[in-house]
Amino acid sequence: MGKEDARERLSEKMKRWSDSVGRKLAKAPERRASFNNTSGIPVERIYSPLDVKDEDYLSVVGLPGEYPYTRGVQPTMYRGRYWTMRQYAGFATAEESNRRYKFLLEQGQTGLSVAFDLPTQIGYDSDHEMAIGEVGKVGVAIDSLEDMETLFAGIPLDQVSTSMTINAPAAVLLPMYIAVAEKQGVAIEKLRGTIQNDILKEYSSRGTYIFPPKPSMRIITDIFAFCEDKVPQWNTISISGYHIREAGSTAVQEVAFTLANGIAYVRAAIDAGLDVDRFGPRLSFFFNAHSDFFEEAAKYRAARRLWAEVMLERFKAKDPRSMMVRFHTQTAGCTLTLQQPKNNIVRVAFQALSAVLGGTQSLHTNSMDEALCLPSEEAVQIALRTQQIIAYETGVADTVDPLAGSYYVETLTTQIYERAKEYIRKIDEMGGAVDAIEKGYIQREIQDSAYRYQREIEEKERVVVGVNRFQTKEERPANLLRVDPSVREAQIQRLKSLRQRRDNAGIKSALEALERAARGRENLVPKILEAVKTYATLGEICDVLRSVFGEYRAVSTLGN
Amino acid sequence: MNKTKKIRVLAAKPGLDGHDRGIKVIASALMDAGMEVIYTGLRQTPAQIVEAAVQEDVDVIALSILSGAHDYLFPKIMELLRYKGIDDVLVLGGGIIPDEDIPALKKCGIAEIFGPGTSTRDIIKFIRSRVEQKNN
Repeated sequence: MGKEDARERLSEKMKRWSDSVGRKLAKAPERRASFNNTSGIPVERIYSPLDVKDEDYLSVVGLPGEYPYTRGVQPTMYRGRYWTMRQYAGFATAEESNRRYKFLLEQGQTGLSVAFDLPTQIGYDSDHEMAIGEVGKVGVAIDSLEDMETLFAGIPLDQVSTSMTINAPAAVLLPMYIAVAEKQGVAIEKLRGTIQNDILKEYSSRGTYIFPPKPSMRIITDIFAFCEDKVPQWNTISISGYHIREAGSTAVQEVAFTLANGIAYVRAAIDAGLDVDRFGPRLSFFFNAHSDFFEEAAKYRAARRLWAEVMLERFKAKDPRSMMVRFHTQTAGCTLTLQQPKNNIVRVAFQALSAVLGGTQSLHTNSMDEALCLPSEEAVQIALRTQQIIAYETGVADTVDPLAGSYYVETLTTQIYERAKEYIRKIDEMGGAVDAIEKGYIQREIQDSAYRYQREIEEKERVVVGVNRFQTKEERPANLLRVDPSVREAQIQRLKSLRQRRDNAGIKSALEALERAARGRENLVPKILEAVKTYATLGEICDVLRSVFGEYRAVSTLGN
Repeated sequence: MNKTKKIRVLAAKPGLDGHDRGIKVIASALMDAGMEVIYTGLRQTPAQIVEAAVQEDVDVIALSILSGAHDYLFPKIMELLRYKGIDDVLVLGGGIIPDEDIPALKKCGIAEIFGPGTSTRDIIKFIRSRVEQKNN
């Protein structure tokens, strides 16, 4: 019997089956009239070979390690090496965070991920007026190279890979890291790690911007150019959908807006004269792992396929590595509930599993107590153990892309790919991601989705266990991890003492050189590296750049 | 609800925290409930928030912080309001705020703290009943 005949037969059989199920629905209705995932894609009763019959397997799915990378970026994936288990951490002072990093490394964590406090992320020293109340709260306070030396004391930087969630001042923190490595005697070309360095999603979703888009894009391409030569193993950017999703987007929007930002960075770098196959392989990505299991697993596959196509067709990349979406994943902070916090352990486990089945390169699993406070050591340990259980006990890592060939997952992958592509077409029409953000389009799309999601919860169309169903009366846990308010005092004292010990003439000339470069076209990163080595502070360096570049003012997107 | 005048709300993000999903969702819900909402945007100092509240002649200030800086910023805002002689504005807080911090925040004049998982309906109900109480 031919293939066509088999399809015919299946098609007829399916029709009869659907009719017969349809007739029974009056008596035994389904739970809902229609099923949809978070992206609004209808979820059908069943999927079959008919759903994927028009897809050419090799060009749409292909093989792991080969274009279009739907099945993963490496040919052997986790059969070769597990993903990097990387818990985002940092709070209070550099000493305190340094202790947490050593604890995590002892527990078998395989990479570091630094959380900076908000003043650091926005380029203010701890003694700045805007920093009052924020020092050391959501991450570690770093004012100068001195703090960075303490943060990595006793951690050989050629032995770990370090991810730093730093955006607007990434061009200051990376040089600080490099300076620490030099002091440790580590060759900087050996450094491995990532800076987030993704300003566009700060404007649309996360809020730690400093400068307007144009100079911000220049800083980013300066970093690309600097790292190409000096720190070739460094991931120069982590183009992040995570925060877009946390701000309320759907899975499709997460893929679309992230890749649209990626397109803007690639375009900016090419316009700055860089070669797509030199900086392209160092681009990395960061996605969210939300709760709709198959939608999430399909999302990562769709993102890989779409980016490979963009890099090949739009930017004419030749190096396969330029086409690969290598990505970090974090489970969705916004799904953690304050109510019955232990349920979060289970949520996180499923979310983490979707990321692993989606082929992530590294993973952060949230701690159960993060809707309440900073995670305790016990909670972080359970979160890390969750990853270790997935890796070492479940067997899911023993074959590559095990969901491939599922009629549902393949259909969903293509649907997410197509819908994200349609969004990117719309954004292209607006002039690209920067223009779409400046028009408030991306922000409005995200906030509309966030509001819809909240209404669904309140209408109980969407169940959140322990919040709008299955509630229990409970005692809230006490003795939460808190940052001692004296941290700010201690940081201010450190700064004061540093300012007395520094070579002020050296600092002045380094900052003047930086200002000249900022006004001209010279690469800023070597100038900043010189400045951090004189122990100029983060705030001083960012103030020079503020004076030249000005500050970004957000567009209003509510109400109109 | 007051039929003659819409309830006016200042939705504000004090401090450096960029998490504005919650405040924007609440702002949208309050608008849908017929209130007038002015959103400050991110990174407002306590002085800017109090100034905006005066300028806009609001009945309610809704503050949101997820960075942990509520322990400094909320009391500071209340102090500035008192300094300006404003005692008839209903001030609400929300975000990641540990239970054990709530008594101190209420003591300094914050009427209620709404944490994660709160229904926007509860917030609307709360605002309406308090503002009505004040107007009667």
